[in-house]
Amino acid sequence: MKLASRILPSSEAFHANRAAHLEALATVRAAAETAAGGGGEAARARHVSRGKMLPRERVANLLDPGSPFLEIGATAAHDMYDNVAPAAGVIAGIGRVEGQEVMVVCNDATVKGGTYYPMTVKKHLRAQEIAADCALPCIYLVDSGGANLPQQDEVFPDRDHFGRIFYNQANMSARGIPQIAVVMGSCTAGGAYVPAMSDVTIIVRDQGTIFLAGPPLVKAATGEVVSAEDLGGGDVHTRLSGVADYLAEDDAHALALARRAVRHLNRAKPQTVQWQSPEDPAYDPEEILGAVPADLRTPYDIREVIARTVDGSRFDEFKPRFGETIVTGFAHVMGCPVGIVANNGVLFSEAAQKTAHFVELCSQRNIPLVFLQNITGFMVGRKYENEGIARHGAKMVTAVATTNVPKITMLVGGSFGAGNYGMAGRAYSPRFLWTWPNSRISVMGGEQAAGVLATVRRDGIERKGGSWSAEEEAEFKRPTLEMFERQSHPLYASARLWDDGIVDPRKTREVLALSLSASLCAPIEATRFGLFRM
Amino acid sequence: MFDKILIANRGEIACRIIETARSLGVATVAVYSEADARAKHVALADEAVLIGPPQPAESYLKGERLIEVALEAGAQAIHPGYGFLSENPDFVEAVEAAGLTFIGPSASAIRAMGLKDAAKKLMEAAGVPVVPGYHGDNQDPEHLAGAAEAIGYPVLIKAVAGGGGKGMRKVVAPQEFAAALDAARGEARTAFGNDAVLIEKYVEKPRHIEVQIFGDGGEAVHLYERDCSLQRRHQKVIEEAPAPGMTEEMRAAMGEAAVRAARAIGYKGAGTIEFIVDASDGLRADRFWFMEMNTRLQVEHPVTEAVTGIDLVEWQLRVAAGEPLPMTQDEIPLKGHAFEARLYAEDVPKGFLPATGTLSHLIFPDGARIDSGVRAGDTISPFYDPMIAKVITHGPTREIALARMTRALEQSEVAGSVTNLAFLAALTRHQGFAAGDVDTGLIERDLDQLVAGVVPAPRIVAQAALAAAGLLQPGALSGFTLWAPLARSVTLAHEGEEITAVIRARGPEGAVIEIDGAEIGADCEASGWRFEGVKAVPMARAGARITLFSGVAPVFDLIDPLDRAGADAGGGNLIEAPMPGLVKAVFVSTGEAVAEGQRLAILEAMKMEHTLVAARDGVVAEVLAAAGDQVEAGAALVRLEEDEA
Repeated sequence: MKLASRILPSSEAFHANRAAHLEALATVRAAAETAAGGGGEAARARHVSRGKMLPRERVANLLDPGSPFLEIGATAAHDMYDNVAPAAGVIAGIGRVEGQEVMVVCNDATVKGGTYYPMTVKKHLRAQEIAADCALPCIYLVDSGGANLPQQDEVFPDRDHFGRIFYNQANMSARGIPQIAVVMGSCTAGGAYVPAMSDVTIIVRDQGTIFLAGPPLVKAATGEVVSAEDLGGGDVHTRLSGVADYLAEDDAHALALARRAVRHLNRAKPQTVQWQSPEDPAYDPEEILGAVPADLRTPYDIREVIARTVDGSRFDEFKPRFGETIVTGFAHVMGCPVGIVANNGVLFSEAAQKTAHFVELCSQRNIPLVFLQNITGFMVGRKYENEGIARHGAKMVTAVATTNVPKITMLVGGSFGAGNYGMAGRAYSPRFLWTWPNSRISVMGGEQAAGVLATVRRDGIERKGGSWSAEEEAEFKRPTLEMFERQSHPLYASARLWDDGIVDPRKTREVLALSLSASLCAPIEATRFGLFRM
Repeated sequence: MFDKILIANRGEIACRIIETARSLGVATVAVYSEADARAKHVALADEAVLIGPPQPAESYLKGERLIEVALEAGAQAIHPGYGFLSENPDFVEAVEAAGLTFIGPSASAIRAMGLKDAAKKLMEAAGVPVVPGYHGDNQDPEHLAGAAEAIGYPVLIKAVAGGGGKGMRKVVAPQEFAAALDAARGEARTAFGNDAVLIEKYVEKPRHIEVQIFGDGGEAVHLYERDCSLQRRHQKVIEEAPAPGMTEEMRAAMGEAAVRAARAIGYKGAGTIEFIVDASDGLRADRFWFMEMNTRLQVEHPVTEAVTGIDLVEWQLRVAAGEPLPMTQDEIPLKGHAFEARLYAEDVPKGFLPATGTLSHLIFPDGARIDSGVRAGDTISPFYDPMIAKVITHGPTREIALARMTRALEQSEVAGSVTNLAFLAALTRHQGFAAGDVDTGLIERDLDQLVAGVVPAPRIVAQAALAAAGLLQPGALSGFTLWAPLARSVTLAHEGEEITAVIRARGPEGAVIEIDGAEIGADCEASGWRFEGVKAVPMARAGARITLFSGVAPVFDLIDPLDRAGADAGGGNLIEAPMPGLVKAVFVSTGEAVAEGQRLAILEAMKMEHTLVAARDGVVAEVLAAAGDQVEAGAALVRLEEDEA
């Protein structure tokens, strides 16, 4: 069932769409480059002058040569904290070490000494959450001064704050998910527990330090004068304290030791799905930029995206004649079987029922689900409420919420209202949630939100006998419109880790494949669904 | 003709003999030592018999055992090849006493030519010109020094029983004579068990031209000359036929002299008369002198085969079987020009040290005759000559034959051991050699130029880096990142230098490799990789070692940071064996203070004695080897205490 595209790459619309997408991409690319630059040239030069590798070099040299790197939260903290914490001061992502997929969390000491801002904590915890869900060994490349003190109320006390990092380490270790730390710089105060809580710890001589309190604090507390190296350097910890296990000569040696540690993990990927030989799509993924309208309000056939994403552009569509505003069906992405759920218009009762059925099918067959989300919401109005669209919607949400097969969500357009829930939004714990640069996310469209507020306001004014001109109404709506526009932008969303990152639409297939592969490092547990309101 | 022969040899010559025997319908029995159980000659022969441990004295030199095997196998004759027992008259007698045929000259002919001073007297009597020299029995050093004085410096001291350059020393001035004599005698004693020497005039601008002769016990013919002037420390490197600049007059004179020599001893089989030629005034019929006769098939016989079209091994078998010489002198053709280059496993930058290794990759191009005793996967062991192959080219003219040689060497692919391939290729491009202006000092004079390392082009290093990183077979997800590519560094060692390459994979289509700040683009196309637009060169990888074949064969070793850190612990306090060999003596013991330059041990390897000295003043912390130990290359022999300074 090879999909047939109706797109004309020579059309004017194609070129216009492409131009608009490229512009949106350029904005994101610039933000990603800024984030990758860390704490800026001066800080990087200082870091390198100490004989240390830059954090991205550390990640690259930890991974197998040529390993893909699926980065999480690449633009985290974008436009936050006066822009002093690019990428939230930590790099996280999935790559391969000795052929095995691992989660890497690498502090960037060029960003405020690698201290933890609220988004740093959130990103670190998100990386650990993925690792726990996917059973990925964790490698922490530690170079951090600990909590960012001015932000202590936002990073220390709550459940999902700093302490959760060590809680996660202990519990992942308990589940047999290896925890490996490489101490390549400071590891102070709470941070000292990252290496201490790891299964295996490597420390770099004359560079890595681990202590609960640094020399200044020790002097203040007890008057003892001691050097950082004597207090908690590599020699001390590998020879005297036993806090670390291996002493490395430099960064390169430390990373090689970490790679060797992974070699001896004795883990194998579980048998979960039937892989096929990968095959390129029959339609060039490059064409996605021209096929997808630049304006979210312009409807288009989501099969044009599927055709440019799945192996051989082959798609076994399930229930094609029923509930046509959602497209469901089976395909392979780089050899991995998937069930695709893709919006093709507003959600009606039939579409919700069809989705619930399809999710049940995939759950029974252990087929991972891919959600291509572009949804304005469930249909509204008397007819639909009366036929029980909330009941049917609840079935869809129940199925999506309780299935145990891995879910990967790709936000390819709008993500508004309850549609976000049914299509495995963040709250539904998909293993990964990625977003395109043209996507928008909010509780409802900005226009609708401003309209609702304006209607309430107009009713109040008119009830008191006042009058409200069209200009006054427009002026009233403007801040709401602006707020929605700003807050629904993917950079705003990604900065706050509402998703795992913004991706180039042309790389959708690779991102899905890597997400699926990582997800399938954990066995698929049998599903027990919640009650479906019939 | 024989039904079956035994080949008392190994390596390329054993394979060479098997080939001809087979073409004549003669069955072959190979013999092998434990080290050669999987060798090519064993695989090629119809039968193969294990004769003993790897040491030649315990296997290939054990005459009685070889005769026993020949008798058991029902062989009628023994071909000795070259080296080993090929010029041992006692062996010839034993073979004949056992009722077998020795494929070679008689014991008396070998004896007559075996001792160089006696040989010269014999030749002088036969009217063959000989070099002025002292060949007397009085071996008193004073007397020898006097003889040297009488001949006039520079002189050459040579082992009477010698061959192959062993026990040979050039002496330029009288005050060096005593030391050189001791050294020559030491080597002669080790190599031949006979330390008698002779003294000869050292010829300036000498050329080594030898004449291939063949006799059937009565008649003798010559098969023209070979020029073997390209030598290094008396070891032939490249041989050719005919000799460049040879005139008909000179060739006739040399040929006649050689045939006279052969007839003088009733020679039967293949032999070579070596002459030294004073080429300071071109080739002149009155300026060649007899040096020695080799009473066997020579390593370089294929060049004669190439220019005459005659199979010398076939002649050996036919004459040994009792046939007369297959051709008269007039019938022997001389066509075109041929070269032979000897490809060895040896470490040229380390002074041509013999090397060992498993040849993980071995491919020769078409267009050259390759005589080789090894195949890909075979091992060059420390027990025998480290020859990999003889590369032989022929052409209608010297220029064409030489161009074919250059091309053949450049396109030969050898990995798994260092080789002299680049040196040989450099030699074929040497202007003097190309012009035919050769003499035995050529290599020594221009050695620096000939062994100068060729700095590999950036695209070659880039290819090595990509190969080291395992990225030459990219997958669909190779190097995938959401935004900017990751930069992975790979550190390679090349001729003692560390090269760090930073690789940015561009997905399945290619990569950018940064070396010393310069970026090299690599593209993976349907037809293969291109580096800076140039097609990737053939290469081989074995473990962490990558060899690229680009004329020279640069070798790159991927450095594992784990190894590098470990090596630091040694700190240069170790005295290591420079090559595999036998520890002959250890002169120091634990706790002993040693001075820089003091000799610590002697390693005997490849028939040479290597003195290992202290690199600095220090105290011996540990002696890790004892006399009589067989050690591998790089084995620690002595460790000095940490240097406090």
